[in-house]
Amino acid sequence: MAQRPDFSLPYSMVTPRSVYLNRRRWLASLLAAPAAAAAAQRLDNVRKTGYGKSEALTPYEAVTTYNNFYEFGASKEDPARNARNFRTRPWTVRVDGEALKPRTFDLDEVLKLAPLEERIYRFRCVEGWSMVIPWIGFPLAEILKQVEPKSTARFVAFETFFDQRQMPQSAWSGIPFPYVEGLRMDEAMHPLAILSVGLYGEVLPNQNGAPLRLVVPWKYGFKSIKSIVRIRLVKNQPPTTWNLANPREYGFYSNVNPDVDHPRWSQKKERRIGEFFKRDTLLFNGYGNEVAALYAGMDLRRDY
Amino acid sequence: MRPWTASRAARPALFLLCLAPALWLAAGAWRGALGVNPIEKITLETGQWTLRLLAATLAITPLRKLARWPELIRFRRMLGLFAFFYASLHLMTYVWLDQFFDWKEIGRDVLKRPFITAGALAFAAMLPLAATSTRGWIARLGGRRWQRLHRLVYLAAAAGVVHFWWKVKSDVREPALYALLFALLLALRLPFFARNARAAAGGQAAP
Repeated sequence: MAQRPDFSLPYSMVTPRSVYLNRRRWLASLLAAPAAAAAAQRLDNVRKTGYGKSEALTPYEAVTTYNNFYEFGASKEDPARNARNFRTRPWTVRVDGEALKPRTFDLDEVLKLAPLEERIYRFRCVEGWSMVIPWIGFPLAEILKQVEPKSTARFVAFETFFDQRQMPQSAWSGIPFPYVEGLRMDEAMHPLAILSVGLYGEVLPNQNGAPLRLVVPWKYGFKSIKSIVRIRLVKNQPPTTWNLANPREYGFYSNVNPDVDHPRWSQKKERRIGEFFKRDTLLFNGYGNEVAALYAGMDLRRDY
Repeated sequence: MRPWTASRAARPALFLLCLAPALWLAAGAWRGALGVNPIEKITLETGQWTLRLLAATLAITPLRKLARWPELIRFRRMLGLFAFFYASLHLMTYVWLDQFFDWKEIGRDVLKRPFITAGALAFAAMLPLAATSTRGWIARLGGRRWQRLHRLVYLAAAAGVVHFWWKVKSDVREPALYALLFALLLALRLPFFARNARAAAGGQAAP
């Protein structure tokens, strides 16, 4: 009687395809960086939302290796390489200014402020490329409400962590640090504006602005400030880093707008990462239905 | 002893060396190994190889004279033509892969955006040099006129560096490096320029 050769296995023992693929990704991340592998923790209890369900996601690989984070170097591959050992714990965020109850939040408190949601957003960089990213976070308004803004609070100013020793490459970036950004109060309170703590179901990788970053999907990417340590409610329009570096090219508002060119390139089209042909850029990055009312009566050419 | 630069294998070897970056880019594109934004990568690499080969071309004269290495002249045309080759690839990447032959948009770019104007100027300066690179054209133009025309290479180098400098967002280290390199290559020529000028004035070199 023919014996079954001993290399034959029942089909039930085949490794499921998803496990096999995950294992490969896991192995790759181990080879790439022990620290990065350790940081890739899953986030639990994330509520799925309807945002952006129809969009094809930009691969995880691209989202986490093609970054602008000038504290860690000005090339796209720099942050993934140089932010590996960036210390994101312990971490606190000071929220103060024109507020009745200013306070400092520990990151663990921030994570419990509101239910975490997945928001799939288009992300359009001022340089002319775009991605679709499944962020995890909660509305920025949630943390602002905690400190009870006064009626005098008309703008919100944000500041990124800065430490020359952890970010030696920042010396060559050519822009001033710490990186600062700002929103008008009504923009900040808009439900589309979120504080993100993760992407693709995982804790935010360092190069993407861990542990806590802003995501404002209708504005150019540089408005979505990373690794936030301070949020201030203020009376007057706060300074913003790229505007300080080059006021002619980068305005305070920086809403995605195909009709207002960057002085050095057209903003009519964009290259979605992973696609060959460029696609048309949409006003407010396609979020006009939700946010256009914020700018009613404004001249978007002047307030670029 | 014959220097290795005089050997018959030297030119084919240099040819392959100059072609290597293009082959490497083509292989990378084929394997999908040019990173997340391959078109940006191709644009950057072809632009940088143009500047590098322009620098190599401009290094020939000072090296021949200062290092007393006259055989190097055998390589100058090939280096210059490769600079033009990479400039053409760079331009093609922009016209085809970046703008998809949107001539209206390209025209606006050239007129409205100084960094693209500078790039277009650099390419325009290289075009007649590539066209008249043959022996026949040297003969037709006459040595002196041919040489005068080929001084356009300095314009190409300067406009090329300006193009790169105006394109970067804030970290100017790389364009600054090329600017320094070209400034050095120009400075090394000044003594010869001065000598030639005296000779052209009909006088003899100072005793």
